[in-house]
Amino acid sequence: MARFKRDKKSGVQAINTSSLPDIIFMLLFFFMVTTVMREVTLIVKITPPEATEVQKLERKSLVSYIYIGEPIKSNLYGSKPRIQLNDQFANVDDIPSFVASERQSRDEADRRYITTSLKVDQNIRMGIVTDVKQELRKSGAFKINYSTRKVGKINFGKLY
Amino acid sequence: MGKRQTPEINAGSMADIAFLLLIFFLVTTTMDVDTGISRKLPPPLTGDEEPPDINERNIFTVLVNSRDRLLVEKKPGNITTLRAKAKEFLHNPQRKENLSESTMKNIPPLGMIMVSKGIISLQNDRGTSYKMYIAVQNELTAAIDELRDELAMEKFGRKYGEIINEDQSNAIQKAIPIAISEAEPKDIGEK
Repeated sequence: MARFKRDKKSGVQAINTSSLPDIIFMLLFFFMVTTVMREVTLIVKITPPEATEVQKLERKSLVSYIYIGEPIKSNLYGSKPRIQLNDQFANVDDIPSFVASERQSRDEADRRYITTSLKVDQNIRMGIVTDVKQELRKSGAFKINYSTRKVGKINFGKLY
Repeated sequence: MGKRQTPEINAGSMADIAFLLLIFFLVTTTMDVDTGISRKLPPPLTGDEEPPDINERNIFTVLVNSRDRLLVEKKPGNITTLRAKAKEFLHNPQRKENLSESTMKNIPPLGMIMVSKGIISLQNDRGTSYKMYIAVQNELTAAIDELRDELAMEKFGRKYGEIINEDQSNAIQKAIPIAISEAEPKDIGEK
């Protein structure tokens, strides 16, 4: 049988790529570990307002979230702003029990560090936010944080 | 013909598969750091509190109505000048009669220092837009932050946010407290 003559090896050798998958897997694991999947699915539309003087929220495990905005499915639930607690719509009266259950689920020593983050859409009116704040006051959740987007300069645009 | 060799599994596409997964995670993950303006709510009223005795000149009133118009110190105001006005009110470098008073206080690492008695009183309507409310809060916070930065620069040679020493940052906080008081809201123009 005829045999093909092997080509003489050229000077440049192919780079060994067998460790490439390992490197990619390392990256993959990094992302898998560091990312926090959002615990709740948003059912209200939220575009946070802009602000420049923002602080980072430390210790995310001690933050409980209240979402306020228009329902995403506005054909089903209308366009009136609603409060979302955990995974469902709620009323202002549900906030004390929400605060209590959030407190229950945290370690006793950490309870006084719980911050309530208000994630509110920029286009809604303050009325509902005020109601929520009053309820929070009554429930003893005094530390709050208005969630905002950090920008270099606020575009005041149509604001006076 | 020679013996059949067990063919090696081609692992060349492994990297592609891993890449696919990697890109999936890259795209789906939101690396958003939660940021916001922190505030402390006052305890609820019990009804038997007496109104605190505060001199009129020590109160800087900011009203926001349901049409997002500002009334600053009883005059129509503008959001773009609010920061400078609040700063001037709290700092009062020329000791003007109509701006806030200050008292000498001894705050350890800073020594004797003038602490403003000024309080910013913010009142909004139920019809105020959240965007405007945050813009006002932001400007008022910015005024306080700028004053803190200036004091920290003067005393410690670095900005307030860059101070590492806890005593120093606590002292700055005491010298320039976040004195923003929110009145119970009005209900005039909610749509």
